[in-house]
Amino acid sequence: MKDNLKIISVLTIITVICGFILAFVFTSAQGKIQENQKQAIYRAITTIVPEAENIQEKTYGEDLVYELKDKNGEFLGYAYVTDGQGYQSTISILFAVDKDIRDILGIDIIESVETPGLGSRITEDAFKDQFKNVPLAGIFEVVKELPQNPHQIQAITSATVSSRAVVSIVNAGIEKLKAILKK
Amino acid sequence: MNSTQLIIKGVWTDHPIFRQLLGMCPTLAVTTSSINGISMGLAVLFVLFFSSFVVSLIKKIVPSQVRIAVYTVIIATFVTIVDIFLKAYFPDISRALGPYIPLIIVNCIILGRCEVFASRHSLGVSLIDALAMGSGFTWGLFVLGSIRELFGAGTILGFKIMPAFYNPLIIMILPAGAFLVLGTLVGVMNKIEQKR
Repeated sequence: MKDNLKIISVLTIITVICGFILAFVFTSAQGKIQENQKQAIYRAITTIVPEAENIQEKTYGEDLVYELKDKNGEFLGYAYVTDGQGYQSTISILFAVDKDIRDILGIDIIESVETPGLGSRITEDAFKDQFKNVPLAGIFEVVKELPQNPHQIQAITSATVSSRAVVSIVNAGIEKLKAILKK
Repeated sequence: MNSTQLIIKGVWTDHPIFRQLLGMCPTLAVTTSSINGISMGLAVLFVLFFSSFVVSLIKKIVPSQVRIAVYTVIIATFVTIVDIFLKAYFPDISRALGPYIPLIIVNCIILGRCEVFASRHSLGVSLIDALAMGSGFTWGLFVLGSIRELFGAGTILGFKIMPAFYNPLIIMILPAGAFLVLGTLVGVMNKIEQKR
């Protein structure tokens, strides 16, 4: 009985102390972590749309849409972060469209854990640039040979799954953004 | 056993990766580049050092029936601190190592050293043992990561080493490459030890 009491009290005390330490560390670092995530998104936006100097966050229900304006206050378009299943884990993609959602201005990969050397090449410019300034007349599709029109995205050699994932995430994301903005 | 012997044991004769074959999950999974190897090694070194510190301090008051549970809670606490720290100050490394940082909790090197060493020895000796084993693990991961990055991407720490005509062997960065390099290095270590 005495033993049991000791076991319970030691375990409880140690877990409580650990819990307090973790709560303290977490609250002191939380601001910095959110700041990092925000910076990563802003960096991605300015790479896609270098003219965007004034970025404003607008919330529509639960969704966050970034409104982009140039230095004269001219409205440039929207940026939106969307994610979906990749080959190994979730891929998180930011894309920017013009103000009427007629053209896609470009995409950037915010987060991905694809196979190093193969699927991870979705983060390379050669792949991402295929989405640069394409009219949004139809949905994007993946091809293995040379693309015949701007809506065909050439898959990365031996990374078809990752390439397909990016394309379907972008397609779904555009539909979602259209629904959010009701355009 | 004096501290010099402990250090030699940790970084060479009882090397956690190449001699004890412990911690294989991070060893094989994260060593796709030298920087990932070093970061993982240092994260484990940090957790090992502080866990050994705490375990050695409280060894007399922890009832033996719940010691493993207590060690796990302590290790998990330090791992979570590392995880939060990397996310806050080194987001790129945190992204590259992904889920493998939380998995340090179940890394058998740390639980092994706490159970076998820190819970049975005085504070000073335990800390030396933790530092030695942690450094051994770190250099092991660095060498593995460097070899794989050199052949798989032609670079080390991101610097171009291989001549321009070198065509990277992608298999070295894939899981199979991890086994090839690890097996070779374990063989080399055994050969050297046999000769001594």
